[in-house]
Amino acid sequence: MRHIGTSLATLVAFALASTASAQVAGRPVERGIDFQEPVTPVAEMLVNFHHVFLLPIIVGIVLFVLVLMIYILFRFRESANPVPSKTSHNTWLEVVWTIAPVLLLLVIVVPSMRLLYFQDTIPPADMTIKATGDTWAWNYAYPDFDAQVEEYVSNMLDEDTANQLDVPYLLASDAPLVVPVDTTVKVLVTSNNNMHSFAMPSFGIKMDAVPGVVNETWFKVTKEGTYYGQCSEICGIKHAYMPIHIEVVSKQAFAQWVVNGGTFDAPADIAMTEQPNMESASATALPK
Amino acid sequence: MAVIQPGDLNTAHGKSSYKDPDVPGFFARWFYSTNHKDIGTLYLIFGIISGIIGGTLSFYMRAELAAPGIQVFESEQAYNVFFSMHGLIMIFFMVMPALIGGFGNWFVPIMVGAPDMAFPRMNNLSFWLLPTALICLLISFFVPGSASGNGFGGSWVMYPPLSTTGNPGPAFDFIIIGLLAAGFSSIFGAINFITTILNMRAPGMTIHKMPLFAWAMLVTAFLLLLALPVLAAALFMLFTDRIDGGTAFFNPALGGDPQMFQHLFWFFGHPEVYIMILPAFGIVSHIVSTFSKKPIFGYLGMAYAMVAIGVVGFVVWAHHMYTIGMDVNLKAYFVAATLVIAVPTGVKIFSWLATMWGGSIRFTIPMMWALAFIFLFVVGGVTGVVLANAGVDAYLHDTYYVVAHFHYVLSMGAVFGIFAGWYYWHGKMFGYHYNKWLAGLHFWTFFIGVNVIFFPQHFLGMQGMPRRYIDYPAEYAFWNYVSSMGALITAVSMVVFFVVVIEAFLMRNKRRVADNYWGEGATTLEWTLPSPPPFHQFNTLPRIK
Repeated sequence: MRHIGTSLATLVAFALASTASAQVAGRPVERGIDFQEPVTPVAEMLVNFHHVFLLPIIVGIVLFVLVLMIYILFRFRESANPVPSKTSHNTWLEVVWTIAPVLLLLVIVVPSMRLLYFQDTIPPADMTIKATGDTWAWNYAYPDFDAQVEEYVSNMLDEDTANQLDVPYLLASDAPLVVPVDTTVKVLVTSNNNMHSFAMPSFGIKMDAVPGVVNETWFKVTKEGTYYGQCSEICGIKHAYMPIHIEVVSKQAFAQWVVNGGTFDAPADIAMTEQPNMESASATALPK
Repeated sequence: MAVIQPGDLNTAHGKSSYKDPDVPGFFARWFYSTNHKDIGTLYLIFGIISGIIGGTLSFYMRAELAAPGIQVFESEQAYNVFFSMHGLIMIFFMVMPALIGGFGNWFVPIMVGAPDMAFPRMNNLSFWLLPTALICLLISFFVPGSASGNGFGGSWVMYPPLSTTGNPGPAFDFIIIGLLAAGFSSIFGAINFITTILNMRAPGMTIHKMPLFAWAMLVTAFLLLLALPVLAAALFMLFTDRIDGGTAFFNPALGGDPQMFQHLFWFFGHPEVYIMILPAFGIVSHIVSTFSKKPIFGYLGMAYAMVAIGVVGFVVWAHHMYTIGMDVNLKAYFVAATLVIAVPTGVKIFSWLATMWGGSIRFTIPMMWALAFIFLFVVGGVTGVVLANAGVDAYLHDTYYVVAHFHYVLSMGAVFGIFAGWYYWHGKMFGYHYNKWLAGLHFWTFFIGVNVIFFPQHFLGMQGMPRRYIDYPAEYAFWNYVSSMGALITAVSMVVFFVVVIEAFLMRNKRRVADNYWGEGATTLEWTLPSPPPFHQFNTLPRIK
C-alpha cells in the first residue's frame, strides 16, 4: 500500500513536472508570468498573500473601473444622451467611495503586517552566514565554521564555461553559497564599497549591502536544489554580473562540505572523520 | 467652479476694450520674454526637445534588451549612462517643464483671471535656467565619469558611494550643477505660481471657485517649494563629499552614513512623483468636464483630494527603500501611510467617473487621452498598492515590476496628461486645429505601443528580473522581446506626433478656430478669450459671479 502510494505520488509529481516543465525551482522560467517557486516559509507566505489578497483585489478594482467606464461611455455617449444632467454633488456617494477603499485597505493591511513581521523577525538561527558585496562579486563567510571554511569569492561563470558546464549563464557562479536544507540560516549582509543587494527571489528575501552597515535577514529552505538570484542594487558597470548562487544540500552533505573545507570533492583521507555538531554551531553563532 | 456670464465679457474684457501693445521683435520676444504665454510656449518646445533626447535614450535601451547578450552598446558603462540620463532628462527636463512650465505658465494666469504671472522676470529666469541645466547634463555624457568611461552611470537616484567614490570624474559634477540649476528653476517657478494664485485672482474668483488645474498647480508649487530644497541640500552634500579631503556626510569610513542620502533623496523623490502627476490630474479634470458637458463632480472633494495627496506624499518616502535595512516598525508605519494614498486617489478616479455619469460624452482626441489616462492610471495605481506592502516588496523591489508600475503612472499617467492637454489647448495656444484623423492615429499607436512595452514588464518583475541590467538570462528573452516591439510601435507613434504638429502648422490658415471651439462644456476663463489669446489679456480684470 505504502509502495503504491509512493509511486503514485512520484507519478503525479512526474506528470506535474512534465506538463509544467516550467516548475524548476530557483530560477526564472521561459515566458513565465508568475513568482518563482517559493521554497521558504517566508516566500510561501509572500506568494500566498499576493495571490489570495493582492492579486484578486487589484484585478477586481481594475475590472470594476473598466466595466463602469465602458458602461458610462456607452450609456451616456452624446448621441444616446444629448442633454447632460447638472448633478455635481452626492454626499452619500462621496462618503461611500471614501470609506470603501479604506475597508479594502484594512483587508490588505492585516495579512501584510503578518507577512512583514514574520519576514523581519529573525528566529533563533541554527547557523549564520555572511555575504559581503564587492565590485563585482559576492564574498561568503561562515562565521560558525571559520576554522574549516575560509571566506571565499563567488565569481560569475563566463559564458563559455557556463555553456560547457550546462549551467545558466549570468546566474551560475564558480563558488556557490552552500547551506543545509531545513535549517534556519541567518544572513549578515554588508558591502566593501558600492551598495549591492543580496536577493534570492525563491526565498522571498532581498537585503541591501551597505558599506559600514551590517544588515540581517534569514531563510529556511525546505527543498534541496540550486537557487539563483541577482544583485539588485545598481553597483556599477558589472551590476548584471554578480549573481547570488545558492546550493541547498542535505544536512549530511553540508557537514561533509564543511569538513572538506568548503568543497564537495572530498580528499579520501579526511572524509567523514569529524561531523561538526549543528547544535554547538548554533551556540557559537553571533548573538542577535 | 467659476461660471462666466456672457454679458460680463463685453463690458469687462471684451476684445474692443483694450488694444494689443506692440509685440516685440523676434529676439526680444523669445529670448528676453517676460510674457507668461510666450514662456509657456518656450517650456513646451523645451519639453519636446528633451523628450526627443530622453526617448531616444530609452529606445536604445529597449533595442539592447530585445535579445539576451550585448548587441547595441559598446560597454556596460554606456548602457548605465543611458538609463541614468533617461530618468533624469525625462523627469526634470520633459515632464516637469511640459506640465508645470508649459501648461502651468500658459493657463494658470488666464484661469485665475490675471494679466500675467506675479513675477514675470523671475519667470524668464526660471525658464532660462533649464536649458543651462540641460546643457550641463549633456556635457556630462562626454566627460570622464568613472574609470570605465565617460558619463555618469549611477542611476537617477545617485546613491553614494557609487556617486562619490564610484564615479570620481567630472561627469557627475556636471549633473550636480545641472540639477541644482533645474532645482532653482523649479523653486522660482513655484514661488511664482503660489504668489500668482494666492494674490492675483480676479475679483470674485475665490479659492473655492478656482478651476481644478489652478488648484493642481497650487498644490504642485507647494510640493516643489518644500521638496526641492532638500534635493538641493542632498546634492550639495554629495558635491562636498566628492572633493578630496572634503566632507564625509555619506562616507562610512569617516563616520558618515550612506543610508542618510537615500532618506534625503526620497524625501524629495516621493513628492516629486506627485509633482509630475498632479498637474495631469488637473488637466484631465477639465477635459472630462468639458466633453461630458457637465461641471466636475464633487469639486471640493477633488481639490482637497489633491491637497491630501500632497500632504501624505511627504510622509511616505521610505517605501522606496524598504530593503535598505530598516527597523520593522518603521517599515510597518510606511506601509500603512503609503496605503492611505489610495483613498484620495480613489476619490479622484470615482469623481471623474461620476462627472461622466449623466453627461453627454463626446469622444474627441483630448477626451480619448483623458479616458486612457484614467484607466491606465488605475492600472499603475493598483500595482503601487502591491508594492506598498514591504513584505511583498522584498521580492519585487528593484525588479521590472517596479519599472512597469512607475511607467504606468508616469509614461502613461503624466505623459498622457501632457498629450491630453496638448490636444485640448492646441487651438487655444496656437489658433489653429490639428488633423483629427492623424491625431487619432497618434493616440492609438501610442496607447498600444506603451502598453506593449510596459505590461510584459510586470511579468518580468514577477519572474524576478532586476532593473538596470544590460544583459539577462535567456528565460527572460520572450517578454523582453515583446517589450522592445512595443518600443518600436511607440517610436513610430512619436513620428506620427511630429507629423501632426507639422501638418497642423502647414495648414494653419485653413483651420483657424473660434474663441470657444469645444463649445458648451468648456467653461473656464481661457475659453472667453480669442484663440490665440492677445499678447496681454485681462487689462481690465474679469469679474466672476
